[in-house]
Amino acid sequence: MKNSIIKLSHVSKIYQSENISFQALKDINLQINKGEFVAIIGASGSGKSTLMNILGLLDKPTSGSYELDGLSVARLGQDTLANIRNKKIGFVFQNFNLLPRTSAVENVSLPLIYAGISKKDRDIKAKGALEQVGLGEKVGSHPNQLSGGQQQRVAIARALVNNPEVILADEPTGNLDSKSGTEIVRIFQRLNSKGHTIIIITHEPEIATHAKRIIKLKDGEIVK
Amino acid sequence: MNFTEVVAASLKSIVSNRLRSFLTILGIVIGVTSVILLTSLVSGLKSYITDQIQGLGSNLMFVIPGRVGGSRSPGGIQANRLVMQDAINLTNKLKGSADVSAVVQKTATLKYSAKNDKGAAVFGVQANYPKLISIKIISGRFFNESEAQGGKRVAIIGATVKSNLFAGGSPLGKSVDVAGVKYSVIGEVGPRGSTFGVDMDNTILIPLPAATRQFGLDRLNTIYISAFKAEGVKDIQNRATALLGKRLSEDDFSILTQEQTLQTISQITSVLTIALGGIAAISLIVGGIGIMNIMLVSVTERTREIGLRKALGAKQRDIRNQFLIEALTLSGLGGIIGIVLGIVLSLVIGRFFTTAITWWSIALSFGFSMLVGVIFGVAPAIRAAKLDPIQALRYE
Ligand SMILES: Nc1ncnc2c1ncn2[C@@H]1O[C@H](COP(=O)(O)OP(=O)(O)O)[C@@H](O)[C@H]1O
Ligand SMILES: [Mg+2]
Repeated sequence: MKNSIIKLSHVSKIYQSENISFQALKDINLQINKGEFVAIIGASGSGKSTLMNILGLLDKPTSGSYELDGLSVARLGQDTLANIRNKKIGFVFQNFNLLPRTSAVENVSLPLIYAGISKKDRDIKAKGALEQVGLGEKVGSHPNQLSGGQQQRVAIARALVNNPEVILADEPTGNLDSKSGTEIVRIFQRLNSKGHTIIIITHEPEIATHAKRIIKLKDGEIVK
Repeated sequence: MNFTEVVAASLKSIVSNRLRSFLTILGIVIGVTSVILLTSLVSGLKSYITDQIQGLGSNLMFVIPGRVGGSRSPGGIQANRLVMQDAINLTNKLKGSADVSAVVQKTATLKYSAKNDKGAAVFGVQANYPKLISIKIISGRFFNESEAQGGKRVAIIGATVKSNLFAGGSPLGKSVDVAGVKYSVIGEVGPRGSTFGVDMDNTILIPLPAATRQFGLDRLNTIYISAFKAEGVKDIQNRATALLGKRLSEDDFSILTQEQTLQTISQITSVLTIALGGIAAISLIVGGIGIMNIMLVSVTERTREIGLRKALGAKQRDIRNQFLIEALTLSGLGGIIGIVLGIVLSLVIGRFFTTAITWWSIALSFGFSMLVGVIFGVAPAIRAAKLDPIQALRYE
């Protein structure tokens, strides 16, 4: 088991709002090893993003335990979790989430700021990450000067710039045409071959076929 | 991200939102500008008056009617009970240790041929007046004791009177009409300038006996006492107080030494400074509320950004510091603009009135505007720091 990076045991998540409570995840048991390329699929509302938020330490399970890289995260405080996110997890979102009026290289530098890296080193690393996603020419461009596919590549560069173990991508191709979507998946495959663990959420079966392992969610439960 | 980088980033966002930033910091700008401007006016006034009084020499005392200073102040306007006999008594009593000189004052219209000078200050003074008060006779002479006692109608005029009535020609030997009575001009006093719009040169000096008779004045406006020795001032003040106290009550007169006068002026200007400072402080606080308002709007607008930063590893204090430094950058910028504006305005106004820019007012108002930035920046910054990352990322 020393190869395990993510281990969920009996995880459930109940959203509680005023008098309605809704169980979004039911008794999830899941282990993902280092270097895996996993696709999580399922219909809209099946709990994919909920699971992703828990895996990414943005949210906590209502019950069950979660070990990330051998560390049980249940009792950790906000700032410790922020620190772990910074070091071990790279996020890619469906809507890119780039800062407007901010150049590509500065967007990519964001995680490095919170890692306490100097401006000079940040610039070097951020440019390197942009080159890895084929945007070496666009370091100074602002998001509104880039196509959707290019913006998502900037977001991927941002996810990998701090060299995290795990890259979590929540419907990264959802806002893209199929050609740009394929390019994005290729980049994930390349990153996976370099050793990053990739977890990609999608509801497009075509995208999922590129993954080495597919996990299907239905109504908050793993069905396959 | 270190402090200077956050400041640079804040400045960038301030510049990209020029109009909004300007409106945000307007209150701070106005507050700082007014603190600097008002205190420079008050200090200018103080230093002008102080110079004037010190110019009179530290041996000089003023006896004036009524009570000035002290804990007890008389209710209502007191009748003036100082008369010529008081001045004569003082003269005799202080002979050998001080000079004494009485003054009456009246406002009148002066005329010469077809020309008018309205609102001139007419001073009825004794022949020894120039010995106590340094005035510069630039042509002609002052009157002597026998002219005064003989009831001669002679006059020494100020620069404004000269230019109003004689249009640059020599006034000496001319006969000027003072409220219907003719006086012969025997001398001219050099220009003394104006203080806060009051022309110090629109004056005419005539012998006290002539003034008393013409205007029916039996009360004195001032008695000057000039001690021969500076060390004797306190002693002479005591002796004069004792002497006047025989005939008058202690509410009827005050004897002000230069030291006391300066103290009184200092008290008045301190009160003025505090009052004006208070008003300016209110506008700084209003400015702070403006900053808080805009920072809260900014936190809401940038909810997604905050969520993203947290997802990427920002700790609560990183977010809090970012917004706090932004608030401080705004208030600091407002402070700097206010300082520049305050200095420029007081230099411009300094061409008309005496102004004296004080370093403490610059330091104080800048410090206060930064304090306002911290106080009103903390709430929005804490709100931003506490945002839940998923809620913030999901915010539309
Ligand atoms: N904050 C929340 N409060 C209440 N219900 C929520 C919340 N977030 C998600 N849900 C519900 O949980 C279910 C799963 O949502 P989600 O994980 O976003 O699904 P998916 O990403 O697979 O579309 C949905 O029915 C959704 O309405
Ligand atoms: Mg989703």
